[in-house]
Amino acid sequence: MGLTGSSPGFGAMERKTHAFSGVTALAGNPNVGKSTLFNALTGMRQHTGNWPGKTVAVAQGSCGGRILADLPGTYSLLSHSPEEQAARHFLCAEGPEKVVVVCDATTLERNLVLALQILEITPRVVVCVNLMDEARRKGIELDLPLLSQRLGVPVVGVTARKKRTLSRLLAAVDAPPPETTPIAVPYPPDMEEAVEKIRETLPEGPLSRRFLALKLLEGDKDLLEELAKWLPEGAAENAKRIRTAAGLDADAVTDAMASAPVRLAEQVMRGVVTREKPGDARRDRRIDRLLTSRALGYPALLLLLAGIFWLTLAGTNSVSAGLQALLDRGEALLLRGFAAFHAPDWLTGLLVLGAYRTTAWVCAVMLPPMAIFFPLFTILEDVGYLPRIAYLLDRPFCCCRGCGKQALTMCMGLGCNAAGVVGCRIIDSPRERLLAILTNSLVPCNGRFPLIITLLTLFFGGGGNLWRQAGLLTLVVVFSVAMTLGSTWVLSRTVLRGEPSAFAMELPPYRRPQVGKVILRSILDRTVFVLGRALAVACPAGMLLWVLANVPMGGGTLLSGCAAFLEPLGRAMGLDGYVLLAFLLGFPANEIVLPIALMGYTAGSSLTGMDSGSLGAILVSNGWTWQRAGSMLLFTLLHWPCSTTLLTIRKETGSRKWTALAAALPTALGILLCCLFTMLCGKAV
Amino acid sequence: MLRLSEIAPGGVCRVAGLETRGAMRRRLLELGLVAGTKVECLGRSPLGDPSAYEIRGTVIALRRRDSAGVLVRPEELPWD
Repeated sequence: MGLTGSSPGFGAMERKTHAFSGVTALAGNPNVGKSTLFNALTGMRQHTGNWPGKTVAVAQGSCGGRILADLPGTYSLLSHSPEEQAARHFLCAEGPEKVVVVCDATTLERNLVLALQILEITPRVVVCVNLMDEARRKGIELDLPLLSQRLGVPVVGVTARKKRTLSRLLAAVDAPPPETTPIAVPYPPDMEEAVEKIRETLPEGPLSRRFLALKLLEGDKDLLEELAKWLPEGAAENAKRIRTAAGLDADAVTDAMASAPVRLAEQVMRGVVTREKPGDARRDRRIDRLLTSRALGYPALLLLLAGIFWLTLAGTNSVSAGLQALLDRGEALLLRGFAAFHAPDWLTGLLVLGAYRTTAWVCAVMLPPMAIFFPLFTILEDVGYLPRIAYLLDRPFCCCRGCGKQALTMCMGLGCNAAGVVGCRIIDSPRERLLAILTNSLVPCNGRFPLIITLLTLFFGGGGNLWRQAGLLTLVVVFSVAMTLGSTWVLSRTVLRGEPSAFAMELPPYRRPQVGKVILRSILDRTVFVLGRALAVACPAGMLLWVLANVPMGGGTLLSGCAAFLEPLGRAMGLDGYVLLAFLLGFPANEIVLPIALMGYTAGSSLTGMDSGSLGAILVSNGWTWQRAGSMLLFTLLHWPCSTTLLTIRKETGSRKWTALAAALPTALGILLCCLFTMLCGKAV
Repeated sequence: MLRLSEIAPGGVCRVAGLETRGAMRRRLLELGLVAGTKVECLGRSPLGDPSAYEIRGTVIALRRRDSAGVLVRPEELPWD
């Protein structure tokens, strides 16, 4: 879910496409464990999670000399969603050496439909039946040799999570193709006749002539454009003539193209499932009946969220103080060291009081909640609960003329807004995708949570009652969901007018999360990533701040000058100049906003160490009250997205205009609500 | 003949045909909603829409306006 160095879309996607011949492609339905298999084979760490549509672009990696390409998951190759086009383009235009069609052993019949369609394009297919362990647990037994015999291509059963089951798959990929003729999808006789007539007019080429003839008959314009180089002049018109002559209308052809593989898959599977215990599959239904029921659906959602927050808060409380003390000791040691070497004051100030102290604040205050919340949320994602949230929240989003999947991308945004924006690709309608992208940063990301937690703890704490804090945090999230819905409503009645489009979303089976692996990975990847970003952003920002605080200007320093300049706007919003400056400097990463504000307060008197007062004391001594904390809370939720998110939005929308709107919308909302809040508080007092 | 949207949770039916056109028709077909397919309504979202259906071993959520385009023959009641 989150943004790490190896998230899809950040690195995996950027990898330059090299020559494709000799590439083995991994294709398959959404959510069958393709990415898990890809990771196991290549040793890469693409993000995996239990919801359809995680893999949004073709990722590549190598495995023992072979180049592997992980294609986006698709149910078929017939429709026009971006993933299906990406997958189909790869299979047709790039001509991979071998295609491994990854199937879910528990829903093999449905998965075979795609395999049969891919067999129309290329005979060099290996069918890989994944999740064999899960099938066994569900009491499903499969006769894979029989399946292989019927399909005419190798079939290998694996469990991608267990690496040792993969050697047979690699052997099958490396083996020369078998002598057998792969099965072909039969179409109604009149259609077959027309296909044969068209096929005869086509020249031999790298692609199957039957496949080209089928696509010509279907008259799929987008695909035919891509395939133009393999088609003779006037092939499309010729095909249309043949179709009309045969008395076939376009709808009938589309229907047959869609339903014939489904029927064939049904026939092929007859007798392949040798034993099935129906009782086991009922477990998911029972869980769903509870978690999505009229009475318990929403309370369960809120309780789950509050539970996660409670764990995060409890964990943070137990490590934060210790970490802080440790880092304080580090600062004292560094200062003594610098003094021993008679380092000049400006160097000590720049490195220790500037760079080190800011980074230390980031580590002590921001890192613990992030490091705890992130794996917890990833586990929720692994289990398969996120699509249920979309199911629960589809109705409100539909009323705001959005898509229910926006709720899923919103959840992704809780982890990281940039990842949430990339996740918006699961939304098919371009209008609804833009709605989701523009409103994504209205939910607080993992980088803003610690700041919110700190504010709640210090100013609305309620005597350190963890459940009360968790409840407040849940309220904050509910507020941001309301903001998202409101903005979606407004946007879809102003700049993005339109009716909600069709909605079909898979609710995947619940899977046991790989708890150990999730914790290990998110601590290693995530923590290292955040630390790296903190070093890259907080160090220079800290140094800049120290310089600003120590260059005299007028009566004060450059820093106080900047803060004074921002003070009027800050006052109107119930904040102050230092905080606004911190938000501006925190543009590269939300994690550093609070540390920078604290530095701003303390940097003027560089003798004040962290030990001189706790976080709360610093804030209170600078005039903070619960009202200012409230304004801060509002502006933390509603301000411009961080630079990474904006860059991602720019890349996803391909438009400066939408990127600007994505920044302006939350900022305007934030300033407005902060001013309103301040005015109301002023009246009350 | 009924519409899929009229099948209540617990009801089982078989697809008779599709009334939708264009992209949604393809989407429904590729989900496996071809004539003769058995569909079971598993439940509705707390606000009454969308509903969850089991189609060929997979649970799919469909909105009322989309499932209304699927014509079905009920096999096991209840319906509403």
